Amino acid sequence: MPKSSAPKAIDDMTYESAFTELQSIVTALENEPRSLDDAMSLFERGQALVKRCTELLDTAELKVKRLSGEDLVDLPEE
Amino acid sequence: MQPSLFASVQWSVSALTKYIREALESDVRLQDVWVEGEISNMSRPASGHVYFTLKDVQASLRCVIWKSGAARLGISLLDGLAVAAHGRIGVYEGGGQYQLYVDQVRAMGEGALYQEFLRLKAALEAEGLFLPERKRTIPSFPKRIGVVTSATGAAVRDVLQTLRRRLPLAEVVLATAAVQGDEAPAQLVLAINSLNRLLPRPDVILLVRGGGSIEDLWAFNDERLVRSVAASAIPVICGVGHETDFTLADFAADLRAPTPTAAAELATPVTLLDLRASVRTATAQLTDGAQAFLQEDRNAVVISANDLRFQSPARRIQSDRQRLDDLARRAWRGQSHHLALAAEGLDGLNKRLAALSPVRVLDRGYAVVTRREDGVLVRKVAQATDGISIRVSDGEFEADVIHRGP
Repeated sequence: MPKSSAPKAIDDMTYESAFTELQSIVTALENEPRSLDDAMSLFERGQALVKRCTELLDTAELKVKRLSGEDLVDLPEE
Repeated sequence: MQPSLFASVQWSVSALTKYIREALESDVRLQDVWVEGEISNMSRPASGHVYFTLKDVQASLRCVIWKSGAARLGISLLDGLAVAAHGRIGVYEGGGQYQLYVDQVRAMGEGALYQEFLRLKAALEAEGLFLPERKRTIPSFPKRIGVVTSATGAAVRDVLQTLRRRLPLAEVVLATAAVQGDEAPAQLVLAINSLNRLLPRPDVILLVRGGGSIEDLWAFNDERLVRSVAASAIPVICGVGHETDFTLADFAADLRAPTPTAAAELATPVTLLDLRASVRTATAQLTDGAQAFLQEDRNAVVISANDLRFQSPARRIQSDRQRLDDLARRAWRGQSHHLALAAEGLDGLNKRLAALSPVRVLDRGYAVVTRREDGVLVRKVAQATDGISIRVSDGEFEADVIHRGP
């Protein structure tokens, strides 16, 4: 999983997917023997994921929508 | 009748009210009455006087029991209770209201509304609608939260405020409905059903309403609503009224919350705080994992002279670990009940909570050396050709090899 052929663009990741990948990188680093090159690139990817997670948590704002019939309409902030 | 333009007397409000008062209070029959009805809107402010309304199908009557009389009553009054009250009719001029000044109350058996409540509860219970095994687990990290309540009022505000504070990553879908009156049950049912059809489907539904009299909350005892709560494919948390109010919707819901705010809290067992903590934990683990590699293969790194001489990396790691444990204990004290995190695979959060940043390895003085021409990591002296890149904590610089040791 960590060394997938086409890693997802981190900037588009949701918190959940970024955190899930971060966890699998941690597990891989802890458990799977690998070369230092690999370890460094995993570490870098992990760092970027940490940054993404932190960013998402820092900027999170509750989205509120209203159901109107079967449609969703945005609700302006009070 | 046309009002006369030339009326000889023009009343002041006070004078008219006084006149009405005297008219009512001089009627002997009104000064010694027994009235039957159901208690509603009861309140007992700090003054100790008791206020309530006696109701039957068509009319209502304001009642007061003074503090001194309330103490001698010998019966505890409750909303929904059918009683016969004795007293005299008088007028409260300041409020422009006639009311019954009660001195005695007799119970008439349970009120009709309460009877109906019990009957329906027994019927639905017999059908198995309230069985514990029907209850679904509330997800601990909801992405989409459906909220069914009135568009106005304190409940929606309290819920949004609580969700905003605890889990701003979530998205809320409000399905508004009348929460009292004849229209309420059908609208509430529609709101729940619409949320069930929504895609992506909400992870949980909050069915909430602020406090009110037993009549105000009655919609939440409506059979149609109770059935739609039980039938909802999405787990429902019901938070209606106050701690002491129980409705049939509460029984049918997957989880009962004492208030709307509590419903929002129960819907978000994992909070922003917990998520931050788990990111810190993962960060520390990432750092540890990378450290392990760097230590195993010393030739691959250039260790700063300072660290080499004065610091044992092993000891640093030990003391960092201990610091993590301390932080973890502090951060998690008092909220261990939120640790239902195992379900989300965030195990061991409280073990190694860290203030460590991932660049800490490099901060510590380690550097990563690569060959500029082909990007290969320099692990052995023999690999160090001219033109190397050295990455340290805040960036990278290039260097030439002046001398290669033995």
